[in-house]
Formats: sequence, structure tokens, C-alpha cells
Amino acid sequence: MSDVRLLAGAFDPARELSAFTAAHPGAGGVVSFLGQVRAGGGVEALELQHYEPLTLPAMQDLAKRVRGRWDLDGLLVIHRSGVMVPGDPIVLAAAAARHRRDAFAAADFAMDHLKSESWFWKREKAGGEWRWIEPRDQDFEDIARWG
Amino acid sequence: MALHLVFLGRLEDAAGGGSRTVPLVPSIDALLDGLESGLASALRGPRVKLAVNGAVLRDGEAPVLRDGDEIAFLPPVSGG
Repeated sequence: MSDVRLLAGAFDPARELSAFTAAHPGAGGVVSFLGQVRAGGGVEALELQHYEPLTLPAMQDLAKRVRGRWDLDGLLVIHRSGVMVPGDPIVLAAAAARHRRDAFAAADFAMDHLKSESWFWKREKAGGEWRWIEPRDQDFEDIARWG
Repeated sequence: MALHLVFLGRLEDAAGGGSRTVPLVPSIDALLDGLESGLASALRGPRVKLAVNGAVLRDGEAPVLRDGDEIAFLPPVSGG
């Protein structure tokens, strides 16, 4: 089973990872990625907007694709929406597997696809003004390497 | 007899709000023709996708719109 959540409020990545690890005692390895709001560049806040009919269903579809591609004991994907400030966790992806290479690859694939394909729109607040962020070419290059 | 429009990301600024309700028209083309020209051209942008009632349209797909449909305009995503 995969645990896929879209959250409107803050979450505690350490607690989530600890619960996930405890739920998969048979896994020899757990690989996780935590994305957080970067400090610096004068950014005061970041907002991720989602669209209810699409965003979570697409995250669940992605989880199914990951499970179909690698042999995992468990998969955790938690993604924030709403307003966050520097240091706040945005996304936590974790894969538990019998063998570490499956866990590394699954978490990496999940993150590349979350970044470039999931239904989120991002804006940043700097100097009191909100500005929408356009997608980066790097995100498309990251996803292209999975074929 | 109405359509509910949802504008995501930067299109929210172009529309002056995240959503609006407009009278029912039968097609996406008729819908766009009825909007302000600046907004219509932003919504016709090549990278803007549309979803009707949560189903993303394929290129060239032209559904018949019905009373109560929700049409979402989706600019390129920039999440994560």
C-alpha cells in the first residue's frame, strides 16, 4: 500500500518518516527525500496552489506507476499546498524496499515526476509582492532521463 | 444555466480572480469569444491545458458544454 497525502497545513517530516519506517520492518532500506522552502533571495513566503479534481488523483497515479516499476515494501508521498515560509517542509517522498537500489531509484523517480508533472502552481513573495514561478527547463531534463 | 470557470496559477491574475461563473455557451470557442480579449488570448496560450469537470482535454478535443460544467484553465505546472 502507498500512503499519498496532499496537506493544507504543516507536517513533521521526522515523525512521518519514523512512522513509515516502523510500518515496514521487512524493508532493508528506506530512502527519503525532503524538500523545504529555501531561505535567501529575499523570499518571504511561498505558495503552492493545487486544483482539487486533479492534484491528488495524479499523485496517486504516480504512486501506482512507481510501485509498478520497482519492487517496494512501501511508498510515502506527502505534499503541501498553501502558504509556507522558509524552512517549512514542502514535500516528503520515501520508498522502503528489500534492496537499497530499488528504494533510491523509486524515490528519485517519484521526485522528478512530482516536480515536473504534478498539478501545482507556485508563487513567491518577495518585497511584499507575489510573483508566479514558471517551470524550469531543468525539471524537464530531469524527467527525460527516465525514458 | 451557467458554467463555472477556474483559473490556476498566473491565469488567476489575468482573470482578476481564481474563478467566475458565466452563462452557458455550447463550446470552449464560444466561451473564450465571450471573455475579455486580453484574458481570452492568455487562455488560448499554446501551453495552457483545459480540464472539464476534472478531465484534462487532449489537444483539439472540443466537448459540448453543459449546464453546471466546471472548466479549469491550467498553465504549465511549477510545483514541488
